[in-house]
Amino acid sequence: MNAIVEAMPGLQIETASKSLWALGWQRLKRNKVGFIALWVVVAYLLIAVGGWVNVVASHWADEVAVPYAPPSWITKGKDEQLPPSKHVAVEAGKDIQTMLASEDPIGKELAAAQKNTAKYADNSPAKRETMPFGADLRGRDVIEKTIKGTSTSIFVGIFGAILALTIGTVLGAVSGYFGGKVDDFLTWFYSIFTSVPDMLLLLSFAAVSGRGISTIIMVMAFTSWTGTYRLVRAEYMKLKNREYVQAADAIGASHARRMFVHILPNISHLLLVQFSLMTVALIKYEAILSFLGFGVGVRQVSLGSMLAESPAELVQGFWWQMVAVTIAMSVLVTAFSLLVDALRDALDPKVK
Amino acid sequence: MLAYIIRRVLQMIPTLFGVMLLVFFLFSVVGGDPSLILGGKHLTEEVLNNIRSQLGLDKSLPEQFFIFVKQVFTLDFGTSWSTQQPVSSMIASRVGPSLTLTGSLLVVSLFVSIPLAAIVAYFRGGLTDRVVTIACTVAMSISALVYIVVGQYVLAYELAWFPVRGWGDSLFTNLLIYVPLPLLMGLLVSVGPDIRFYRSFFIEEMNNDYVRTARAKGLSEQKIMLKHVLRNAMIPVVTTVMMSLPFLMMGALILESFFGIPGMGNEVLLAVNKSDFPVIKAVTIYIAIATMIFNLLADLVYKLIDPRVQLK
Repeated sequence: MNAIVEAMPGLQIETASKSLWALGWQRLKRNKVGFIALWVVVAYLLIAVGGWVNVVASHWADEVAVPYAPPSWITKGKDEQLPPSKHVAVEAGKDIQTMLASEDPIGKELAAAQKNTAKYADNSPAKRETMPFGADLRGRDVIEKTIKGTSTSIFVGIFGAILALTIGTVLGAVSGYFGGKVDDFLTWFYSIFTSVPDMLLLLSFAAVSGRGISTIIMVMAFTSWTGTYRLVRAEYMKLKNREYVQAADAIGASHARRMFVHILPNISHLLLVQFSLMTVALIKYEAILSFLGFGVGVRQVSLGSMLAESPAELVQGFWWQMVAVTIAMSVLVTAFSLLVDALRDALDPKVK
Repeated sequence: MLAYIIRRVLQMIPTLFGVMLLVFFLFSVVGGDPSLILGGKHLTEEVLNNIRSQLGLDKSLPEQFFIFVKQVFTLDFGTSWSTQQPVSSMIASRVGPSLTLTGSLLVVSLFVSIPLAAIVAYFRGGLTDRVVTIACTVAMSISALVYIVVGQYVLAYELAWFPVRGWGDSLFTNLLIYVPLPLLMGLLVSVGPDIRFYRSFFIEEMNNDYVRTARAKGLSEQKIMLKHVLRNAMIPVVTTVMMSLPFLMMGALILESFFGIPGMGNEVLLAVNKSDFPVIKAVTIYIAIATMIFNLLADLVYKLIDPRVQLK
């Protein structure tokens, strides 16, 4: 067999040709950076899913430590960073006497209350003085809070991207496939959204809608479908006249079937890249919106809303929350961007 | 050429109409009834009706849309709901600070990133290229918010090299005292993506045949880069910059609000916070018009600097 092949260089042996996805997976495995990035992203996604179903970081809102408890690995300067305890003020100066005991209208009640304090002992566990990575204003663990915040941010990014991708793909497919009047109308619709800058459009939508995670997902999807639309429209215009589509027409496939069963799988690799790109972009947008106060509600936490707390903390010297968020976000964004680059190379059908 | 411009201007009309429809839909249909907020406490039926008739809310939706169209064509958007100033004069006073900040940011970032991109592209594949590319990737991965927060804390609060925030009266004091810190932060955020973006233009040009020909006829590397490659690579750079100009009007939203610069971005944020619809509507329309005009200008400039381009 081998001899025949060597003898006849033009001859090709029919082997089961691998699909684009199988080839892409092979190429991705060969790309070391891309492969590591993939596993980092997978780890983040697992944590995010754990956060959504309340398996991971479900106790993030518990106030387990004193306010702004420093990270436990900081040894010096603990006294400076912690708020002064009660007795310090008493030692420094004498009791400030503003009125006589007899003049105090609630003096009797206070005295009685003080006598009875022992009866109502505080049974809640003692607040911790230090935390593995510090605590925030209300004494919440920064690590748990960061995990929960990352989980929220990824949730918003992924579902926003899915929604935007769906809108863009459907409109782009219809526009590119049918052409003519439909195309004119949808292109007009597209031009409206592109003639207003993204951020201004986001804020306009945010101005008329309320706050909360579902609103922010919708707002971001309505403003960021345009890139996908342009991409999908161009692909459909190119692919709609290919032989396999004509063949599908000949065997009686409907328009919808041709559009979504025959053509769509052929651009799915582009959509995957677009999806990853959009997820990163939306995670960044969410951080900015939450930072400006138009993002998640007060009972939720996201990377952006944590960053919004950091200017006030930094001035007092409590840097740990900001550092935690920065690390979590940078690793996520870098891994996602590297993965996008690797996917783009791996799924490019021109590369063999 | 003239026929092309006229056709493009005519094409803007349906788009502008669409933007007006979108803005009207957002603020008059989805946005709900603002008179309840405007009435404040102790509102009576009489006050409510009075406000509604003042804002034209007692009319039907098509009538309201007609009023809005008239506002757009006369560029008179009424008075702001929160400050009672005329919206047009409010916006006019906000454009200056925005342009001061973003204009200087654009100039400085071009002067920094284009030479760097050219150098990196020239040494592509080498150590310089790899170091700069990795540095850009790392710089891009950190959120813009972190740069601003840390920059303000370290450079302005701890080291006191710059004022923490604020804005002056004269252009000179602004440029010298208040602009440098936001400018530096904006530069740190934009220089990473810019270098990577411009680098790709340079690399594309350097792979062309004319570069090989220039080398073959013995031109110095310096001459090839500056005279041949740079001029060709500037074509996409100029168009990208032209397209980004309307965003200058809008200003750098986060920078303005964080450093207390009274520009358009800051105004938009305040308006969104106070549900001041006339201001947001006006800004959106102005920016949309500016975007369309600058897109047309970008195409014309493209034609001007690259004679091969055919306008159709």
